Amino acid sequence: MAAALASGETTSVELTEAHYAQIEKVDAQVHAFLYLDKEGALAQAADVDAKRKSGVELSPLAGIPLALKDVLAQKGIPTTCGSKMLEGWRPPYDSTVVSKLKAAGIVILGKTNMDEFAMGSSTENSAYGVTHNPWDLTRIPGGSGGGSSAALAAFEAPLAIGTDTGGSIRQPAAVTGTVGVKPTYGGVSRYGLIAFSSSLDQAGPCARTVLDAALLHEVIAGHDERDSTSIDAPVPQVVKAAKKLDVKGMKIGVVKELQGEGFQSGVLSKFHEGLDALVAAGAELVEVSCPTFDYALAAYYLIAPSECSSNLARFDSMRYGIRIGDDGNRSAEEVMKLTRHEGFGPEVKRRIILGTYALSSGYYDAYYGSAQKVRTLLMRDFNAAFAQADVLVSPTAPTTAFKIGANDNDPLAMYLNDIATIPVNMAGIGGMSLPCGLAEEDGLPVGFQIMSPAMRDDLMYQVGGTLEAALLSKWGGPLLDKAPVLAGN
Amino acid sequence: MSLNYDQAVEKYEPTLGLEVHVELNTKSKMFCSCSTEFGGAPNTQTCPVCLGLPGALPVVNGKAIESTILIGLALNCSIAPFSRFARKNYFYPDMPKNFQTSQYDEPICVNGYLDVEIETDEGVKPFRVEIERVHMEEDTGKSLHVGGATGRIHGADYSLLDYNRAGIPLVEIVTKIVGGTGKYAPQVARAYVTELRDILRSLGVSDVKMEQGSMRCDVNLSLAPIGSGELGTRSETKNVNSLRSVERAVIGEVVRQSNRLQDGERIVQETRHFQEESGQTRSGRSKEQAEDYRYFPEPDLVPVVPDSAWIEELRATLPEKPSTRRARLQAEWSVPDKEMTSLVNAGLLDVVEETITIGADPTRARSWWLGEVSRLANEREVDPTTLITPSQVAEVISLIASGDLTDKLARQVVEGVIAGEGTPVEVIAERGLKVVSDDGALMTAIAAAIASQPDTAERVRGGNIPAAGALIGAVMKATGGQADAAKVRELLLKHLGQGE
Repeated sequence: MAAALASGETTSVELTEAHYAQIEKVDAQVHAFLYLDKEGALAQAADVDAKRKSGVELSPLAGIPLALKDVLAQKGIPTTCGSKMLEGWRPPYDSTVVSKLKAAGIVILGKTNMDEFAMGSSTENSAYGVTHNPWDLTRIPGGSGGGSSAALAAFEAPLAIGTDTGGSIRQPAAVTGTVGVKPTYGGVSRYGLIAFSSSLDQAGPCARTVLDAALLHEVIAGHDERDSTSIDAPVPQVVKAAKKLDVKGMKIGVVKELQGEGFQSGVLSKFHEGLDALVAAGAELVEVSCPTFDYALAAYYLIAPSECSSNLARFDSMRYGIRIGDDGNRSAEEVMKLTRHEGFGPEVKRRIILGTYALSSGYYDAYYGSAQKVRTLLMRDFNAAFAQADVLVSPTAPTTAFKIGANDNDPLAMYLNDIATIPVNMAGIGGMSLPCGLAEEDGLPVGFQIMSPAMRDDLMYQVGGTLEAALLSKWGGPLLDKAPVLAGN
Repeated sequence: MSLNYDQAVEKYEPTLGLEVHVELNTKSKMFCSCSTEFGGAPNTQTCPVCLGLPGALPVVNGKAIESTILIGLALNCSIAPFSRFARKNYFYPDMPKNFQTSQYDEPICVNGYLDVEIETDEGVKPFRVEIERVHMEEDTGKSLHVGGATGRIHGADYSLLDYNRAGIPLVEIVTKIVGGTGKYAPQVARAYVTELRDILRSLGVSDVKMEQGSMRCDVNLSLAPIGSGELGTRSETKNVNSLRSVERAVIGEVVRQSNRLQDGERIVQETRHFQEESGQTRSGRSKEQAEDYRYFPEPDLVPVVPDSAWIEELRATLPEKPSTRRARLQAEWSVPDKEMTSLVNAGLLDVVEETITIGADPTRARSWWLGEVSRLANEREVDPTTLITPSQVAEVISLIASGDLTDKLARQVVEGVIAGEGTPVEVIAERGLKVVSDDGALMTAIAAAIASQPDTAERVRGGNIPAAGALIGAVMKATGGQADAAKVRELLLKHLGQGE
């Protein structure tokens, strides 16, 4: 697409209109988008076209449309986080990611659906309806960033931005047959990313190829003085790495703990095909053990809810968002209570209650304190593993996309979806998911996860790019070519 | 029968704890670049960060860290090589994020002390107040409750919120338990806050204006029967907004608590509010159900890890300690201990020094500030330094020295200046307060006095010099107090044949 734009074969306005046409056609079935900013996007596209015509030097992705997860603040554009709480709120500022996208001339089509406040693995927790997996509309597109990945799989957008707290970029990528990357924590500014769990949240690129993801990664990454936790170091050269297509002599660590019980057989077999492809490309496999991974999920479900219980306290109806019950007689506290009762969905409430409890005096050491210790141990496991291997690999998610509603009454089963992705967030390292085939038993996409040490995001792009090339030649074309064509209206 | 203060401290031993909040005078807020200017139109000094908008993130103000380290060093604290911010979680409409970014178990400065001096029955004695911690936090917004009778939240028709103050850097300085003060608890509390204020002022890190709220003090106080070795249940008195109030709040709480204990009632652990008018405290929020703030390390901020070389650089810039300065000034002015302590505790050292620097005689400068000006300030229940400037006092003193004013006239001039009638010279002109030293005018008055009291005059002529007082008094009265009394005496005695 970028080449077609550069050569003048097409224009950004044409490209943008074509994507709106596809959205028009299929989004009633997929429901990837919550808001479309057609006017703003077309104006931005026209601006890029004009600049290109006048010979101004443009960034590689200038003029390419993108779908933005509704958790990132975009000035003047409704930003809901999939919650009723923020219905109608239009941020007065741009998140750093959005500023960088705009500066690079990337055209923001609209905001995509997500689990409320990024809490979930299926996008079923959105206050604005579920998103459907383009591979099978009766199935979930993953979560929390199901909207962004579904938009890519349904060809509604060529690029998307997601955020990943426990797997919300990688797991949707896995179940929709697309690519998703969680950069090293601190690699991309969190300024304007509406926080779920501050120490785990990280925005990252979603795309249909590893190289596209790398190009987008370099646009949004970099130090930001408005985010104290952003890393003040050069951005890893991920585009260069994605183009290397060479893994000879690289050591690939296969995590023993992430391939046993609970993993669907088709997921494991496609994962092993991916390993075979890497070996064929000259990489060496080593088995690594990370025993603390067994505690990662439990620790995550203490840390993330604890931080969310505090982060979501600001939604009190005083300054923005909805306000319920302000009839002139009720006190501020009563209005706060009513608003929070009405505005938050059940999963959000569940986590706020869990986190509030975990931080309570008398329980702090046992819960939040212990969870932080597990986090330190996880980092040690990763350090030991990275001493033996350049990158680590595992299946991204234990299963392919499940049916909508399948885990409605079982939050724990839902939480298990993130068992392979959560350790990456807990340790603050980089993680990527790319498609490695369709499971034999259900014909649905399987994700292959590559984990790289902190600030060595280039390594996962190098391995991912090589693996993708090997699989594409084996398949004879992109996996998404095998997806059913949506009939549309 | 209810106990008064003296009776109370005969039976009970007070234990103090003082928490002082100081607004730093940095140009920008603690976690964003908004201005900290006082008095802006509501909500004009706000941004996504200090309004706590979704997605906004804090960034620590480096200048605030520097100021806090300076405070810690001046208070003899250790500066933590690693400290962290923490979130203090509770809901309140004027708190944008519904948590306050503060420091909890990892404060930046710990274990310091501050030496103060208090006047005791046995003379001036030193007292060491140990400092537990100095930590950084952000201020909240302000609520204005409109309608209703009390201006308080209950009964108000609606409330307005101003977030200009939200995010202004605050430093909290917390003492360890201050015991062993005995009956001098009020003086210790006041001397500590005074000394602290002087140190903060000398560091230039805060305006330390208690009346404007840039320095606020919470007084924790408990009582236990003397000799019991126990610690009683404490109350926490807020809203103590002047040095004088610090002292009064301690007295008020000692009296209140001792009477409850005396009557066999228990002390409720609670927040109380100091009432400026009565000197009493009023019950606020009960802390019996200890509020659970669910502190945890602030994940949006990285730990504060000050470089030790930087700390030493800051240490080298510390100004002369107020106590050292006091010792120096005391020697320079040759002031007795007790008077020096009074000057310091009254917060008058700076103005006296300034008055002397302008050229006033040290003894006279001290006695004017500590005497007349303080008396007038007490009457008005304000800080003496807000009433009159050092240059005005110096001017009055120089007019006395030149014989243009008598002490009595000078008091009227000072009163006029304080009443806002203008500069000393203007007040003199306006009120016609010139000393009558013209011999002719005085002689006329003296003649009139003698004529009206012939018997008295006769006694003076007969050598009864003290009897002249009545005649001098009559002359002073006739001249409206504007006569130079010494001059009158001289002329009168001479006229009656008693001059030397």
